[in-house]
Amino acid sequence: MIFASLRIAVRALLGARLRSLLTALGILIGTAAVVVVVALGTGARERIGAEISNIGNNLLFVFSRSGAKSGARVAQTSLTQADAESIRRDASAVAAVTVWSSINTRVHSEFDDHRTGVMGIDEYYFQVRGFTLAEGRTFSGADERSKAKVVIIGKTTRIALFGQESPVGHYVRIGRHAYRVIGELAEKGRSSFEDQDDRILMPISTFRARVSPARGGRVQLVVVSARTSAHTELAQRQIQAILRDRRGLAEGEPNNFEVRTQDGFRKSQDEILDMVTSLLMSVAAVALFVGGVGVMNIMLVGVAERTREIGVRMALGARQGDVLLQFLCESALLTLFGGLLGVLTAAGVVWLMQSTLGWSMKLDLTAVGIAIFTSLVVGVVFGLVPARRAAGLDPIEALRHE
Amino acid sequence: MNAPVDTNSSAPLAQLRGVTRRYQVGGGIVHALRQVDLDIYAGELLAIVGPSGSGKSTLMNILGCLDRPSSGTYHLSGVEVGARDADERALIRNRLLGFIFQGFNLLPRTTALQNTELPLVYRGLSAKERRRRSLEALVKVGLGDRVHHTPSELSGGQQQRVAIARALVTNPPLLLADEPTGNLDSVTTAEVLALLQELVRVHQRTVLLVTHEPDVASCADRVVTVRDGRIVSDERNPNPKDARVLLAEAIRSRAEVS
Repeated sequence: MIFASLRIAVRALLGARLRSLLTALGILIGTAAVVVVVALGTGARERIGAEISNIGNNLLFVFSRSGAKSGARVAQTSLTQADAESIRRDASAVAAVTVWSSINTRVHSEFDDHRTGVMGIDEYYFQVRGFTLAEGRTFSGADERSKAKVVIIGKTTRIALFGQESPVGHYVRIGRHAYRVIGELAEKGRSSFEDQDDRILMPISTFRARVSPARGGRVQLVVVSARTSAHTELAQRQIQAILRDRRGLAEGEPNNFEVRTQDGFRKSQDEILDMVTSLLMSVAAVALFVGGVGVMNIMLVGVAERTREIGVRMALGARQGDVLLQFLCESALLTLFGGLLGVLTAAGVVWLMQSTLGWSMKLDLTAVGIAIFTSLVVGVVFGLVPARRAAGLDPIEALRHE
Repeated sequence: MNAPVDTNSSAPLAQLRGVTRRYQVGGGIVHALRQVDLDIYAGELLAIVGPSGSGKSTLMNILGCLDRPSSGTYHLSGVEVGARDADERALIRNRLLGFIFQGFNLLPRTTALQNTELPLVYRGLSAKERRRRSLEALVKVGLGDRVHHTPSELSGGQQQRVAIARALVTNPPLLLADEPTGNLDSVTTAEVLALLQELVRVHQRTVLLVTHEPDVASCADRVVTVRDGRIVSDERNPNPKDARVLLAEAIRSRAEVS
């Protein structure tokens, strides 16, 4: 019976091609929106995940958090090189520790100038952040001790300052001093936070002495890499214990610093993404609802127009259930058709956005499945009222209908 | 309800006893049928005549199980069918009755074959079996060469033949024809009547037709006249007109005109 009903429904839909197509359009937009939104979300999630991994492996970031009590305490809550030393010495789950400070400033070469981040780093920076050199050499212990005026520059910075020329041996001017370029970083690519290739690195001793003078070995950030990903939580607890101890925080007093893991970053990014996705999803759901109302409307018109046909079918032996099934099949087929077209449209949109805008999007098969299933459900739900109206017709009245 | 099937050949195929049909219209009650008794025997071509508003349509609807009597009983093939619910009546219409309408009521954009198959769809037959029986019925009404034509490609007479094939395809014991020639010219009317007569005489069908045309009624074996919701006469026609003669006359008069 369901097969016969489907055949009748197909014939009815083909009988009014334009109308079917226009009605399916509403569903098309809704399902396409759902699939595109999920594709955007999936793509963004993957990209952000990749970017966060790209920063380094199993990293923990230690920030100072001025305890919001008074300005006088800021000095006490700042992280110092001594903090980093303690972590390096006492935290068993930690593989490496690095500190850095940075400022954004304008840098000049003999050819051009460029605004970029100038960072003072220690010898562990390369290991923790996973940078390597494309050319030249890294800083030596002698450079560090003598506060030598030497820098290593990223590719983006190099192109801005020197074009295609090799920067090694050239000089850059930062503030009052000129610094010799001794190396160039291997390309690392963009993350969503920064262009990782746009930077100038120098020994932290040089940075403190010449670029941004600071007392007491203060640093902006301590970055720690755990031994393995399984060690990150332990490392987090150990660092917290060490810093609380060093700052003499009593039991129950809140931390005046923060230790965040890469996973923590990932989670907060995911949370933002989830929020945006659900917002867009609710817009898509509204579109689908409006499409469903359109289907209901057209089905009601169809029932009214085909009252006589319904009467004939009933006279020839169609039961109420047969008529109900026929019209439900019709609306479900209509929305299913719209849903399939919507998925195709979404695939096209995803392809177009990827190839023209370079957005990272991923067609999610589960989302496709859910979208198609939802379109079917919309058809049944919004087809119910028209189908019940058709099934409830009195055959005598229906046959008399003009 | 489940009266035993009477195998006695003299028992009527359809039997109405004390059938009344009342409608609530506005504040008042309209009596469309009052205490109607009627027996229809197998193998009859029976005409119901009467002015409009006489109750013959209501009578037809009740005989066709489209409507239920307000009181009284209706036995069809020995089974009480007057008090059944909507789905049971749909089943009875599908199994025991065939309908031929004045306006043909074929589905548009649907071939003769598909139209003829329609009642079999609701019987749940396989596509192959539906096709076989429908082709047989279409051949019987002389449309074996038009099975893939849609109604818009067929003449009025041909459309009514498709409708007759559709009514025949389930082999129902009783065929109900409501003004079957109302929309047809005299030649086609005679053709359709000849076909109905052939169904009764050759294939031993039972046909009940409602008409207001005396010519049509004169072809029936028995004429029942309804007026004001009552049967006012029930006469056997000892000498029913042969529709083929009527057809010859119609063709001749058409030839004279042109």
